[in-house]
Amino acid sequence: MDTQQHLSSVHTHEEAHHGHTHASVSHHAGGHHLLQVENLCVGFQMYETLPQQSSPAKGIACKEKQTKRFGFFSRTTTRQTMQWVIDHLSLSVHTGEILAVVGASGSGKTLLADAIMGLYDTNTCVEGVIYYDGVKQDASSLTALRGSEIAFVPQSVKSLDPLMKIGKQIGGDPARRAELFERYSLSTDVEGLYPFELSGGMARRVLLCTALMGNPRLIIADEPTPGLDLELAVQAMKDFRTFADEGKGVLLITHDIELALRVADRVAVFKDGTVVEETAVANFAAPHLLNHPFSRALWHALPEHDFSFEGEL
Amino acid sequence: MSVLELQQVSFSYGAKTVFANCSLSFDSHERVALYAPSGRGKTTLCRLLAGYSKPQAGQVLLDGQPLPQMGPCPVQLIWQHPEQALDPLLRMQTSLQEAGPLEEDVLHRLGIKPEWLTRYPRELSGGEMQRFCIARALAVHPQFLIADEISTMLDALTQVQIWDFLCSYCDEHEVGLILVTHSQALQDRLATRVVNLDSL
Ligand SMILES: Nc1ncnc2c1ncn2[C@@H]1O[C@H](COP(=O)(O)OP(=O)(O)OP(=O)(O)O)[C@@H](O)[C@H]1O
Ligand SMILES: [Mg+2]
Repeated sequence: MDTQQHLSSVHTHEEAHHGHTHASVSHHAGGHHLLQVENLCVGFQMYETLPQQSSPAKGIACKEKQTKRFGFFSRTTTRQTMQWVIDHLSLSVHTGEILAVVGASGSGKTLLADAIMGLYDTNTCVEGVIYYDGVKQDASSLTALRGSEIAFVPQSVKSLDPLMKIGKQIGGDPARRAELFERYSLSTDVEGLYPFELSGGMARRVLLCTALMGNPRLIIADEPTPGLDLELAVQAMKDFRTFADEGKGVLLITHDIELALRVADRVAVFKDGTVVEETAVANFAAPHLLNHPFSRALWHALPEHDFSFEGEL
Repeated sequence: MSVLELQQVSFSYGAKTVFANCSLSFDSHERVALYAPSGRGKTTLCRLLAGYSKPQAGQVLLDGQPLPQMGPCPVQLIWQHPEQALDPLLRMQTSLQEAGPLEEDVLHRLGIKPEWLTRYPRELSGGEMQRFCIARALAVHPQFLIADEISTMLDALTQVQIWDFLCSYCDEHEVGLILVTHSQALQDRLATRVVNLDSL
């Protein structure tokens, strides 16, 4: 691990640094980057059956690497390819800031969160650099930060350990746990239940409580609100805001743009595995303030606006 | 046309009564939004209508008959956690084929790419899984479709595309649509009638 302090602190807002720039209205307390992701690429080893002329999947950023298999598999007509789903992605979260990530479904938002948490599958290939608090990280150091410095709210409600009672899984100080349970309308009996006994919405609330439980400095929240009713979703957003205001940071991945805009400082718009636009929340007020056609298309698609889309998806 | 009704239904979780002697009916030409403050029982109502929960009193009738006990239910429920609704050990095409034959047109309109069919749920994104859950519900050729916050896993553009398809599918096949959404705007866009659970 590179323990050399990363020279991250001073730069003017719109200057390009570490492969990205910030919109001029960005929250930027002292310019200190809590999290930096630079040139991240995430790909999968896939096996394709020949001879069908294999075409790279449309809509997925693809820099295709090919290897023909020899030896043991030499008689089979399978070929191994790398499919790059995240392609040279850079973003950063500063202290005191909520960065919202919105964008196309399947564009790689969850894979970004997984990469930051050091959670990858065996067939996954990850390239690029991640700095946490100015220090360069690798998979094992990220794993060590997970749960202590960086808390994670996963998108899948099946992420809870199926064999452990909820109370034990959340752990931590019982008084704090009781406070969070009350805040998120979970009754105390929930502590004694196993994950399969929870509804999806309850599991989501347990995941939120788990993340808010310890004393992390960064929360990575991947779709934290499905299954919550509006009041609780708003509550969660406010809790993230309070958390960030304490000089910590939140990466908030969500499809609920309306909700995200209430609390976030900046918005990164994702498409095909990269950030197509990074903008201040205020610019979502009107489409002409947004730079990228995809951001404008998203704006128009919202049911509050035109509920329309033009062209192919 | 078919009619789905709750007849004098009562339902409670232990001491907490959610519905008391409640009657309500839906027909297959409508798109009804269920509206209620949080915790009032929208999801409970969806589960009762689709036969996942049984009322303690009263009955749920489809065209005057109780819901069939065997075979795929003609009232299909799609909900907000696709990862819980899919068998992690089955490839997507197997999950789909269990419900009914694959219809290419439906898959295409839902934006399902052919290469996803051979994957397992964990190799798909949340929104991709949700599209499969919708496809699976339609493969049953249901008479009613209940959508409990189904779009929370979809980006705004995909949502437009999918609602556009679902509305035209339901009109064409005379499928009644019952939906729950926290978005007032979406409700205004889609519903032909709003039922406020507090007025029951
Ligand atoms: N293990 C895997 N093998 C192959 N492809 C995968 C795997 N996991 C994810 N993918 C693909 O990578 C792409 C990005 O997935 P990801 O889950 O990051 O999307 P997302 O942006 O989080 O979408 P959503 O908003 O729907 O949750 C998807 O097209 C998905 O099918
Ligand atoms: Mg995701």
